[in-house]
Amino acid sequence: MIYRETGDFKTSYADDQQIFPIAQDRFAFLALMAVAFLVVPFLIDDYWEKSILLPFLVYALAAIGLNILTGYCGQVSLGTGGFMAVGAYSAYKLMTAFPSLDMSLVVITSGLITAMVGMLFGLPSLRIKGFYLAVATLAAQFFLVWLFNKIPWFYNYSATGQITAPERFAFGVPVTGPATDPWATYLFCLAFVVLFGLIAKNLLRGRIGRSWMAIRDMDIAAEIIGVDPLKAKLSAFGVSSFYIGMAGALYFAVLFGAVEVGEAFGINASFEVMFMIIIGGLGSMMGSFLGAGFVVLLPILLKTVLVDGFDLGTAFAKYIEITAFGALIITFLIAEPHGLARLWAIVKERLRIWPFPH
Amino acid sequence: MNMDAQLAAHLSGGRQAGGTLLEVKNITLRFGGVEALKNISFDIREGEIRAIIGPNGAGKSSMLNVISGFYHPQEGEVWFRGEKRRPMRPHQIARQGLARTFQNIALFKGMSTLDNIMTGRLTMMRRNMLWQALWKGPAEAEEIAHREAVERIIDFLEIQHIRKKPVGALPYGLQKRVELGRALAAEPKLLLLDEPMAGMNVEEKEDMSRFILDVNDEFGTTIALIEHDMGVVMDLSDRVVVLDYGRKIGDGAPAEVRANPEVIDAYLGVAHE
Repeated sequence: MIYRETGDFKTSYADDQQIFPIAQDRFAFLALMAVAFLVVPFLIDDYWEKSILLPFLVYALAAIGLNILTGYCGQVSLGTGGFMAVGAYSAYKLMTAFPSLDMSLVVITSGLITAMVGMLFGLPSLRIKGFYLAVATLAAQFFLVWLFNKIPWFYNYSATGQITAPERFAFGVPVTGPATDPWATYLFCLAFVVLFGLIAKNLLRGRIGRSWMAIRDMDIAAEIIGVDPLKAKLSAFGVSSFYIGMAGALYFAVLFGAVEVGEAFGINASFEVMFMIIIGGLGSMMGSFLGAGFVVLLPILLKTVLVDGFDLGTAFAKYIEITAFGALIITFLIAEPHGLARLWAIVKERLRIWPFPH
Repeated sequence: MNMDAQLAAHLSGGRQAGGTLLEVKNITLRFGGVEALKNISFDIREGEIRAIIGPNGAGKSSMLNVISGFYHPQEGEVWFRGEKRRPMRPHQIARQGLARTFQNIALFKGMSTLDNIMTGRLTMMRRNMLWQALWKGPAEAEEIAHREAVERIIDFLEIQHIRKKPVGALPYGLQKRVELGRALAAEPKLLLLDEPMAGMNVEEKEDMSRFILDVNDEFGTTIALIEHDMGVVMDLSDRVVVLDYGRKIGDGAPAEVRANPEVIDAYLGVAHE
């Protein structure tokens, strides 16, 4: 079957508006979901869980969040790390205060709390734009990290100042704490990413997404056509922070189990997620996933090649890895400033007209 | 062209100049020490095509910006649909039934033609975020209902072939058309067009004139437009306001205005003794 939409006629607007209008894309997506849900859980081991799949899923969720705000609504934010911290600490407080609460509810509630905080720090966006807004969100980043370090209530007065996830269950299966099965944590994170990925796509293709993009592309015209900038910008901050908060909660509770706020959610985390959406592609759902994959997997790949392939020392390999990573990012941005998602789109476009490209 | 349109309107009865839709009273707008508009008053009647003309810097765009709520005049009142308008933000004015296009195209460049025109329907869409997140059900039904309305506009403007193209890559004339489509999608009571034909060739101007007349004729939309091409203005409009240096120097039917010595003075220049 050749990849193209010819002959695949749409007879209703509902058909025309689906997420994957080309039939082969739909099949590929369903096949991918089938493998991810039905095959991978039986094959997964500790290494694949902790080093590859979980980081990819958690960062993909964070990247979707930041992409909604920066890629779709055009509001630059450097507060991602801070908002992830809000998600993580909300999850920690909820887990310790309500031990019987299901983890799925803990994560969602943490997201909601982060959404509130995000909207609060989104208020300056009504007055300032671009670089100035980035600086304002940077203030959020430093303030939030400082707050969680400074006030012992947030880390339950523990001696180390760290937060550690106790054992908690989702639908009767342990997903946090020391005794978890790789398949359980993987499925837990995967379910979140797939479900909220679809929700994000739904929001983006409807009324709310259009008002975000209108604000991004030309805020004056958006206002004249009836978009309330206050509602559009704050809802973007809210939804974006909701996703980032959930990512923070999963990062802390499921992926690592214990974090120290300055180390895990510092400015580096903000930049990392920002790299993901820039490399992946601003304003593209596919870009969020590709970017997260690139940033999570490339260092692992480089390390494997350098240490195992060239037999370099681990410390030396680490330096090379960082240098190579930076060089690759620069190369990529020069070659394709619109990110991996654009490359992906070009490949699909070529494929559509193959083998007669004229 | 004008004769035909008026004849058709009379025959169909679809287009009749009715009561006053919008009235500006004694508008004075200052930027610091500069008076952009000085004590301007005129009205726009329901169903008519009203042109605002004048040389460069006459205050035409400022006038349009006052009507659409971008500028708040220091003095004067705007009456819309029989009510004095309190100071409000442009997005609130949009909800009252006013839409406009811009002199320099202000489309959403990253979005497709379809999405751009769909933004015109935003004020009419009601489903909240939870329904939107679910998509299936009420949100989709609403989306489809508005999609149908937008498709009618796309047919009307003859832009079916660029429906899914990003507007940033479209030629200028088509972008202008998409912008008109976006304003039309809002089903405005009053449509403001800021130089709809600026920078177009003759063919594109003819197309655009046809669309403007058809909009007025078929939908009964009241139109206020700014235009430089005198031929177009005289053919299209029912009544013309002439501004010069922020003052109103003429108001009336095209033929009247054309004969007004002060207007000729402002436009063509006269030998002063």
